[in-house]
Amino acid sequence: MIVPLSWLKDYVDIDVTPDELEKKLFDAGFEVEEKYELGKDVSGIVAGYVESCEPIPDTHLSVCQVNAGSHGTMQVCCGADNVKAGGIYPLALVGATVYATGKDHKTVEGTATIKKGKLRGYESCGMLCSGVELGLTEDLYPGAGYNGLLVLPEDTEIGGDVKHLLGLDDWLFDIALTANRPDCQSILGIAREVAAVLDKELKMPPTDYTETAVQKEGFGVAVDAPDLCPRYSAHYVYDVKIGESPAWMRRRLALVGISSISNIVDITNFVLKEIGQPMHAFDDSYLEGNRIQVRRAAEGEKIVTLDGQEFSLTPANLVICDGVKPVALAGVMGGLNSEIRDTTEAVMFESAKFARDSIRKTARALGKSSDSSARYEKGVDEYSTVLGMKRALHLVKELGCGKVSSTHVDINTGNSIDPTPMKVSVSKVNSVLGITVPTEDICDIMRRLNFQPQIDGDTLTLQIPAYREDMLPEGEGDVERYPDVAEEVIRIYGYDHIQSTFMPSAQVTMGGYTVQQKGELALKKTLCALGINECMHYSFFSPSDLNLLKLPEDAPERKAIRILNPINQDLSLMRTTLAASMLNAISRNEKQGILGGRLFEVAKIFIPKELPLTEYPKERDTLCVGIFGNEESFYTMKAIAEGIAESMDIRFSYAAVQKSFLHPYQAVTVSCEGEELGYFGKVAYDVQNELNMRTSAWIMELDLEKLSKWYGKKRVFTPLCKFPEETRDLAFVMDKNITYGQVADCIRKANKYIRDIRLFDVYEGGQIPAGKKSMTFTVTFQPKDEPFDAETIQKFVDKILRALKNELDIELRA
Amino acid sequence: MEEKNVLWDSLSVLKARIEEELDTLKNSKELYEFKNVYLEGKKSKLSELMKGMRELESDERASYGKAVNQLKEWAFERFAQMEEKMRELELQRRYESEKIDLSIPAEPARIGNLHPITLVRNQLIDIFAAMGFEIYEGTEIETDYYNFTALNTPQDHPARDMQDTFYLSPEFLLRTQTSAGQIHVMEKKQPPIKILSPGKVFRSDDDATHSPMFSQMEGLVVDKGITLGDLKGMLDVFVQKVYGEGTRTRLRPSYFPFTEPSVEVDCSCFECGGKGCSLCKGTGWIEILGAGVVNKKVLENCGIDSEEYSGFAFGIGLERTAMLKYGINNIKLLFNSDLRVLKQLNEK
Repeated sequence: MIVPLSWLKDYVDIDVTPDELEKKLFDAGFEVEEKYELGKDVSGIVAGYVESCEPIPDTHLSVCQVNAGSHGTMQVCCGADNVKAGGIYPLALVGATVYATGKDHKTVEGTATIKKGKLRGYESCGMLCSGVELGLTEDLYPGAGYNGLLVLPEDTEIGGDVKHLLGLDDWLFDIALTANRPDCQSILGIAREVAAVLDKELKMPPTDYTETAVQKEGFGVAVDAPDLCPRYSAHYVYDVKIGESPAWMRRRLALVGISSISNIVDITNFVLKEIGQPMHAFDDSYLEGNRIQVRRAAEGEKIVTLDGQEFSLTPANLVICDGVKPVALAGVMGGLNSEIRDTTEAVMFESAKFARDSIRKTARALGKSSDSSARYEKGVDEYSTVLGMKRALHLVKELGCGKVSSTHVDINTGNSIDPTPMKVSVSKVNSVLGITVPTEDICDIMRRLNFQPQIDGDTLTLQIPAYREDMLPEGEGDVERYPDVAEEVIRIYGYDHIQSTFMPSAQVTMGGYTVQQKGELALKKTLCALGINECMHYSFFSPSDLNLLKLPEDAPERKAIRILNPINQDLSLMRTTLAASMLNAISRNEKQGILGGRLFEVAKIFIPKELPLTEYPKERDTLCVGIFGNEESFYTMKAIAEGIAESMDIRFSYAAVQKSFLHPYQAVTVSCEGEELGYFGKVAYDVQNELNMRTSAWIMELDLEKLSKWYGKKRVFTPLCKFPEETRDLAFVMDKNITYGQVADCIRKANKYIRDIRLFDVYEGGQIPAGKKSMTFTVTFQPKDEPFDAETIQKFVDKILRALKNELDIELRA
Repeated sequence: MEEKNVLWDSLSVLKARIEEELDTLKNSKELYEFKNVYLEGKKSKLSELMKGMRELESDERASYGKAVNQLKEWAFERFAQMEEKMRELELQRRYESEKIDLSIPAEPARIGNLHPITLVRNQLIDIFAAMGFEIYEGTEIETDYYNFTALNTPQDHPARDMQDTFYLSPEFLLRTQTSAGQIHVMEKKQPPIKILSPGKVFRSDDDATHSPMFSQMEGLVVDKGITLGDLKGMLDVFVQKVYGEGTRTRLRPSYFPFTEPSVEVDCSCFECGGKGCSLCKGTGWIEILGAGVVNKKVLENCGIDSEEYSGFAFGIGLERTAMLKYGINNIKLLFNSDLRVLKQLNEK
């Protein structure tokens, strides 16, 4: 929120520098996101008195002798039509900075430094300035809007710096407010805090006015939806004279970014900014039926707002109606049908509290927001609702733009705007903080915050102002609000008073990772050791990713949870597989010219029991490995799988599988002890082409929930065998289609002493008959209770050979 | 007599030949050939000299035998010297023959890296685990109740606007904060509680500095007599472990619905030590986390007696921590899987 220092000073005597004020506000919980001097881009501007002014022939220019007091008298060329001898104007000295304007002399195009120059042969040492060149508008300073020189008052000190005169030395603070302090969403609200931190008196803005005897006979207000509108007040003002607002008010509004429209409209905007209370003024002559009704809109009911937009409403939208029709979209914007015009002679002021959620929903649903709705969305209190109306009526009196009738209606649900008493224990306040703040300090802080403290032993009685809704009890049982008080105390007392302690009264707890967490971390480290880099992708993906994977319509992966309000369609589904994100990551790397590499991700996939969700979906921890490039193959991926198994002291088995996005002959499932954990394989060429990939890629996905069964598997030392192992190399000839797996299984089954079977050669052609191949194995036999002699080993080999012959028609190679 | 002289003469001839031959030997193969010819075996020159003894008179035999033995002794000693010399020479030659270009680069073993978020996460977990924190990982999909209501953020609460939420249904959403995990733990467990809850969180925000998914780590302590001072004390330890000894913390007021008082925690800039630099934007402080004393209502929502127990909670943004730690300037780099980025952040 933008807060001008000059405006704050109306309510608090601020005797600290802007920097000090920023620091004090920061310490009290109000971060100043930005702070700048209004005239920060403008320097070196003094009041110049034009002693003489001669036109330069055949041009629109004049050559002036300008007296700049102690800066001397200088010749300045000027093109403005209102320059004349005897006038006083802002003079930018050589070296001064001003705003540069475009050809229209109105559009600001950056800043410029004034240099000595020559125009049509005439030397010019400086520049006489317009308001725009100083960053001013008509609202900020009367006359500044003129497309020519800014005329300064006759009594301006010649040669003096004009920044102060023009209000350019004002400071603007952009203050970030936390959601619990809507009461600070106004200049007065910030002033209350400034008064507290500086320990100064808060000077309330005047709210006095005199009601005439005039009444608007028979006028009434009905609130049909008190849940959405807990307070609604209306006041009738007549003999209205629409006109311009005074300069001070226009400047204030301009400083906070609001354009002046007319006195009555400006009063409503002024009160919004000053008090934080959104106000509305209806042209009374357009209100039919002599009544105001606050109700939910009928389905399809229409309203045209002040800006000419038409909206079709629903009962979720609150409307303000006269006796016949909607005249305002409550809290958002007034209706065009009752707007204030130049001809307006009587107005009905509205000051109300609307439920913040209702306003927010309406503003969002209709895509329509305003300063008013933004304010309501943060929360308006009833104290301000009452104060705002009084202030508006005072301003009517002060500006002399109307007469305040005695027709005032205040419909409310009985909420008091008086302070609410609250008792807290001082020792409990201190128990939150862990230090003992002296009771005098606590009382002093409470006084400064306008809580009117009274102390009786350990009991502190406070009066909570109605605008501090964050401090008020919510419901009957909610009385022990000492943490709120602790928070108020410490933010003023200073957080630097908090002493570091280390839970002296706490019990010892055993911390650390669970077996699952340790197992996952160990797995990640294994993957790193296998040369794989961890990556992280969003938990959501795109419907097009499901198509990329060519998943059939009934594939379980297509049953993905949909985000109702995604950022875009590409981020609209919760992932049911990690493969697509991995493929996209590989593709992105290739596009960067990286033609090989290894990636892994450990993340959750989301499996709903039913859609839409009625219960928590299954969130399954999953590992995805993606490798690509010419150095990789099915077998390098298999080596990764084996590496994982090895690290966990388990054994994987593999079986061919068909997957829509994998090579039909280079894909397998991965199982452990009969349980299927996932798959890996080469990415299908059509998928690769769709991603414009230049190299091949291989993908693996493993269900970590299943794999986690073996996390932290207990390892037991096996005593070393006393007897040496025996190995035999065996070369076989077999049908070409027989796999290693078939042979190895058959060998393994034939003898219980086999510790290892290793394939070291596959050969076709030469002496091997067509349709056949040769495979050579090294088989290692591990003795148990006694050593093996050659004879025993030969018996083992013979049995293996018989088994191979019988089962697979495999012969020993001659 | 002539024969005798011949025999004696051949002794000195052999000695001279041995001396001569030894000097001509070039390698150990020749050395051992020499050994066979002159020193060892029945047919060696020395043996032959020995055999000649039989032809001598008995009185001469003793002196001749002695002379042969002396020669033998001398010859073996010379041989041993030569053997030693040859071994050194050949070792030298072998080394020289294996001279290589030491500057040729080696192909390193490929070692992958953990993701920067994982690295930071593990570092923080290690620190807090040592202080007695258990690790609890909640679910990414949460209900409105656990993410908001139980955390003192009912419908219509202004704080809901602080977090743009992804909804999956009226009831289910993507958690906006790991604080949701607090409630699950406190519902199941009575104090003492010390948990750390790391995980992914989601907000509908996607621009240069915001990612719709990011990672948080939530810490929660609930026990008897826990105060704001304990929070500060623990965070002091934490920042010194993460950012180095001498790092200080600063608390300043903030607002979260589930803590009261709520604070933002800054640490003294680890780049400049608090003097002011570009990293801390001249302030000397770096914002690192949000924290506070657990709101009584949150404890009560979980069935914990808020008069007997109190607690504090803190939430750390892991992306921010990682970006500060590694000097990563763009949050999007963390989710882009660019191997050129991932390979840089090696910290085993």
